Amino acid sequence: MSITINEEQCIGCGRCSEVCPGTLIEMTAQHKAAILYPRDCWGCASCLKECPVGAVRFFLGPDIGGRGAVMYTKRNGSITQWIITKPDGTQTVLETDSRAANKY
Amino acid sequence: MEKLKIEYIDTDILIAGGGTAGCYAALKLAGKTRQHIMIAEKANIKRSGCLAAGVNALNAYITKGRTPDFYVDYAEHDAEGIARGDLLLTMSERLNKCTAELEKLGLVILKNSDGSYAERGTRNIKINGENIKPILAAAVYKLPSVKVHNHMNIIDFIVKDNKIYGAAAIDVQKPVLYIIKASAVLCATGGTAGLYRPNNPGFSRHKMWYPPFNTGAGMAAGMRSGAEMTTLEMRFIALRCKDTIAPTGTIAQGVGAKQINSRNEIYETKYGLSTPNRLYGTVMENAAGNGPCFLRTAGISAEQEIDLKKAYLNMAPSQTLKWIEQGSPREQNVEIEGTEPYLVGGHAAAGFWISTERQTTIKGLFAAGDTAGGCPQKYVTGAIAEADIAAEAIIKYLDALSPAKKGIDYQGIAELYKEQEEHFFHTSLKQFLVQDLEEAMQKIMDEYAGGIKTGYKYNEAGLSIAKREIEKLSILSDELTAHDMHELTFIHELKDRLLICLFLIEHLKARKETRWHSFAENADYPDKDNAFEEYINSRLQNGQIKIICRPIIKRGSHYEHNYQ
Ligand SMILES: Cc1cc2nc3c(=O)[nH]c(=O)nc-3n(C[C@H](O)[C@H](O)[C@H](O)COP(=O)(O)OP(=O)(O)OC[C@H]3O[C@@H](n4cnc5c(N)ncnc54)[C@H](O)[C@@H]3O)c2cc1C
Ligand code: SF4
Ligand code: SF4
Repeated sequence: MSITINEEQCIGCGRCSEVCPGTLIEMTAQHKAAILYPRDCWGCASCLKECPVGAVRFFLGPDIGGRGAVMYTKRNGSITQWIITKPDGTQTVLETDSRAANKY
Repeated sequence: MEKLKIEYIDTDILIAGGGTAGCYAALKLAGKTRQHIMIAEKANIKRSGCLAAGVNALNAYITKGRTPDFYVDYAEHDAEGIARGDLLLTMSERLNKCTAELEKLGLVILKNSDGSYAERGTRNIKINGENIKPILAAAVYKLPSVKVHNHMNIIDFIVKDNKIYGAAAIDVQKPVLYIIKASAVLCATGGTAGLYRPNNPGFSRHKMWYPPFNTGAGMAAGMRSGAEMTTLEMRFIALRCKDTIAPTGTIAQGVGAKQINSRNEIYETKYGLSTPNRLYGTVMENAAGNGPCFLRTAGISAEQEIDLKKAYLNMAPSQTLKWIEQGSPREQNVEIEGTEPYLVGGHAAAGFWISTERQTTIKGLFAAGDTAGGCPQKYVTGAIAEADIAAEAIIKYLDALSPAKKGIDYQGIAELYKEQEEHFFHTSLKQFLVQDLEEAMQKIMDEYAGGIKTGYKYNEAGLSIAKREIEKLSILSDELTAHDMHELTFIHELKDRLLICLFLIEHLKARKETRWHSFAENADYPDKDNAFEEYINSRLQNGQIKIICRPIIKRGSHYEHNYQ
């Protein structure tokens, strides 16, 4: 369970680094986000929801079934798109709406 | 790293931990007093603590036609009588008021066509809990009398003659030691994770249920200052989706999935449906060779599946990712497992021993939420209700207090802490890292103090070994080396956990019965014994952990500490 940062996409806004509940993300001298302790990630997804450009990639560790798929988010108003890409390139997109309550 | 800079902060009320209870207490206090309030939060209040990923439902609510007593009955029954009736009732009476206030702040709650809240079972209501923490944080930032200090890690309370005078803290990033002068303190640092070896000890070691960043700091600081603790032996062990450790209740209640073993037999009814028994049944089925165990989801409709996936994105997104990566719940059942044990006063009853007004045994130190003991099944709304009660009591305490913050040598205290902290920059132990000792602690607790390895069972002989070995690690931990403030924080987290382990071991030893399966499964005493219908409490006295047994406090009574 952890994240990586796509350095090319990262615009250095520092928001992921601000909100991580474990303070695990650092801003480098090059103004890029970097995860300091990948194994200390709780998997809460706060950082990827915070990222304005979808530069944070969320993945499952191999010990809990991770087989290379990554997830990032895009936000548009109350809608969050969760984009999951598998290693073979297939993509799944799910949407949640912060105005809608859970059915369960 | 060589030296720490000292910064003094002057406030009236310090809130240690800006999580659920901490943020709500700030809101309530600011509405009632003009005194200065500050929150010290080790992360950032926007997404810190239990609510970081979002939550699924409000688990504590008085549903239509029911009364607070109904909720107290349930919680007392689930705890087999070892719960505080006074705390449960005062909490339950405020659950619905607090829920209404959360809705006013912007929490989305599912409604029926007549405008009433949509209920789930007899105690829950359905929400969108993804942004519950940002909502609380935004409300706090609007308050001019509240100062929020993010990335400030509380390391100790400043206590003299059993009365609170503030706290010491370190910055998680910059080399600064803070001495916070305060007349009243609310401890809201949450429960304790990371005492036991987790389900996934390798790469995903922090993929646990309870936030790995809630390390019991406030509780350990209270222990060092002589505060009394209660019911630590009632550990909380969650039944969760395998690997991702995501909640199971959403699936069980949402699509009515039953717990089945690998022979396709529904086993949940065999063991009883209380919280510990749902877990215990799974442990027993595995031990009998009937595992792995599952929630029967195969065959649910496509619509149910998509709703489940979305519900998990709003609270445990790794589960949705897992379904997409490994196969959907419609095609295959969801495997379940028990987690490692945690100390969580919001689910079980481990934490500070408090008065009905939520004051600890240290004057001026209050506690609310997962760090406060005696009041299980609080969850989000209960933590908030406790913060509400504590806020009122803090105002009352300050009104009667005079003179505040006098007769205390903050400068002398600062120098002592500076020396204590800087010691870790020049220590001798080079071969072990903090995480090596943390793993050793978790292994000892797992093997000898009722972890996953033994199916949560322990006995006196094993507990004695655990005590001996944890004591050795505590001595070693004094000589760990920190290269930066992160590492210094890790050292504190480890030291706090080691102290809590020692307290926990004494509690497990003291309850010579098995009242709750799995949560406290004493193999020397496999049955319930009415002689233990009492609270087991503890406190540090002359460097030793002293066990104190106290009689049950019933609902309707008002409990105050007997300060000598
Ligand atoms: C994963 C998960 C899912 C849950 N789902 C639900 C649900 O669906 N419904 C429900 O009703 N309940 C749920 N609960 C329970 C509920 O969320 C908690 O009981 C409640 O939020 C606890 O509030 P708290 O204020 O005690 O702790 P927290 O909200 O965790 O706050 C503790 C705060 O203290 C900070 N802190 C810790 N140490 C220090 C230190 N040394 N210095 C400064 N700050 C510190 C932490 O960073 C954190 O912000 C869930 C809990 C978890 C863990
Ligand atoms: S997923 Fe959560 S814990 Fe992990 S790096 Fe992102 S914010 Fe931090
Ligand atoms: S939030 Fe996104 S853009 Fe901003 S620093 Fe983090 S990774 Fe970079």
